[in-house]
Amino acid sequence: MSGCHTVVSRMRTVKLTSVTAETSAVKSFVFNDELCSKAEPGQFVMVWIPGVDEVPMSLSMLNSRKGQAAVTVERVGEATEALHRMKTGDTVGVRGPFGNSYTVENARKVMIVGGGTGLASLAPLAEKLAKARTEIAFLLGAKTRSNLLFHARISDVLSRAGGQLVVTTEDGSFGLKGLVTASAERLLEQGEKVNMVYTCGPERMMQEMFLLAERFHVSFEASLERFMRCAIGLCGTCVIGRYRVCQDGPVFSGQQLREVKDEFGRWRRGFDGRKTKV
Amino acid sequence: MSSRLTVEIAGLRLSNPTMLAAGILGLSAVSLREAINQGAGAVVSKSVGLKPRSGYSNPAVAQVEGCGLLNAMGLPNSGAGHFAEEIYELKRDGLRAPVIASVFGFTAEEFAEASRILAKAGADAIELNVSCPHVKKTGSEIGQSPRLVSEVVRKAKCAIANPVFIKLTPNVTDIVEVAEAAVEAGADAIVAINTARAMAIDIETAYPILANRIGGLSGPALKPIAVRCVYEIYEAVDVPVIGCGGIATWQDAVEFMLAGASAVQIGTAIASQGLGVFRSVSKGVDTYVREKGFRSVKEIVGLSHRR
Repeated sequence: MSGCHTVVSRMRTVKLTSVTAETSAVKSFVFNDELCSKAEPGQFVMVWIPGVDEVPMSLSMLNSRKGQAAVTVERVGEATEALHRMKTGDTVGVRGPFGNSYTVENARKVMIVGGGTGLASLAPLAEKLAKARTEIAFLLGAKTRSNLLFHARISDVLSRAGGQLVVTTEDGSFGLKGLVTASAERLLEQGEKVNMVYTCGPERMMQEMFLLAERFHVSFEASLERFMRCAIGLCGTCVIGRYRVCQDGPVFSGQQLREVKDEFGRWRRGFDGRKTKV
Repeated sequence: MSSRLTVEIAGLRLSNPTMLAAGILGLSAVSLREAINQGAGAVVSKSVGLKPRSGYSNPAVAQVEGCGLLNAMGLPNSGAGHFAEEIYELKRDGLRAPVIASVFGFTAEEFAEASRILAKAGADAIELNVSCPHVKKTGSEIGQSPRLVSEVVRKAKCAIANPVFIKLTPNVTDIVEVAEAAVEAGADAIVAINTARAMAIDIETAYPILANRIGGLSGPALKPIAVRCVYEIYEAVDVPVIGCGGIATWQDAVEFMLAGASAVQIGTAIASQGLGVFRSVSKGVDTYVREKGFRSVKEIVGLSHRR
């Protein structure tokens, strides 16, 4: 529990150096920031859209050589709509990077399971693992073909590293038809030997993957999302059990999730502290 | 921890004089229990009103270089009815430290009703928040008037048998006058102080950083102001004073106790030190008390008032 590093948690304004449409509802926003560019996969930032809101977002691209980082954002509400209207050269504020990161030490052969914008933190993870010559089975899920996020980027990483990519869409418009968790289950049942499963995406999907990892006795890490305010471990908005997602997470191990299994995948607290279904 | 550190405040027994300040983490039973497990001598919940509130939009927190933190959460809480369940859950399995529920209301009657609900759920004491500096018609708008403070305390005292603490705002001309009004109306302890009204502006975009524009300043910049408030209040009233404002080390805690605080509340420092701050502060205070030749931490309370 290292707490807030004063330099990191100070808000900096940065100019967007590029804005890229990834799908019809998802855009990536690149900005220059030394601290963010040196972050580890899994860490997040608080992005301030001046005059509108401040929201937590995973870092989806880390380039320490260029001093650049990015966030990848789905248009879902007022804040993300305002961000989607922004163009290259516009100013946002960032605080962070905050939180822990995925554990990559001792990962020899891994399974990465991502759905929706969960790919934001998993893409830089795959890039880091590929550099360390880790063998990767990447399971990429989406509702439909046009929602597939980072398909080309992940294919590229895996083709260089020699990994396996399994794409699953719920409507079968691309790759296998069904839920990505079913594809994961099939691989594990076929005896795919992995020593780590990483996942990020809808919480019910992550909960399903947690149960699979428990069943097949595989180490497990999931990156959780909760409402956040302070991001420095004070306000208590993002707590799950005794953990603060902003400080003790956002990445949690299977062991930690076992401790909060009555809460994980079931409910979370709203901004008013009341429990709502996940 | 040694018995040297035991303190008593309005009948509550604390194993050490450190407390979790209101507004920090205290939304859930598990968070409050964790603070106790990590060494807090008592915990204060987040402020709870009668109805659920989502609070303000983000940014709700901004760091101010060299000073501390600005916040304008806007009193988010689940409402006394829901929060009563958290208190009940917390107290059900037994605890080694008292739980104080912080409450707020828009009228004296609301303060009293929220106090009644949470006392009934098991809170050992109530802390009246008449000092939140950024929500209209409550908090410091009440705490700036000795007459309103007196009314709020009186109604809360009528509603419950438990001790009633009151947390005061530094945003007044004379904090002693307010403390005296509270004690005269029956307050069992004074908590000094809540945050100071403050703001920060981003010079690149010209926007105030906090969504609410104005918030409250906590952390190191507040400490000398808080020490002065504790010192002045201690001289004027005969109930225990609890210090709050910028406490991050055992030296800070000792300074507050010498000024007259029977216990200290810690909040902002948790951002940099985690919940381990309670143990490190109480350990340091214990060593200080021993090395100075005192038998109990109680002997240093108000020591700086001798002339």
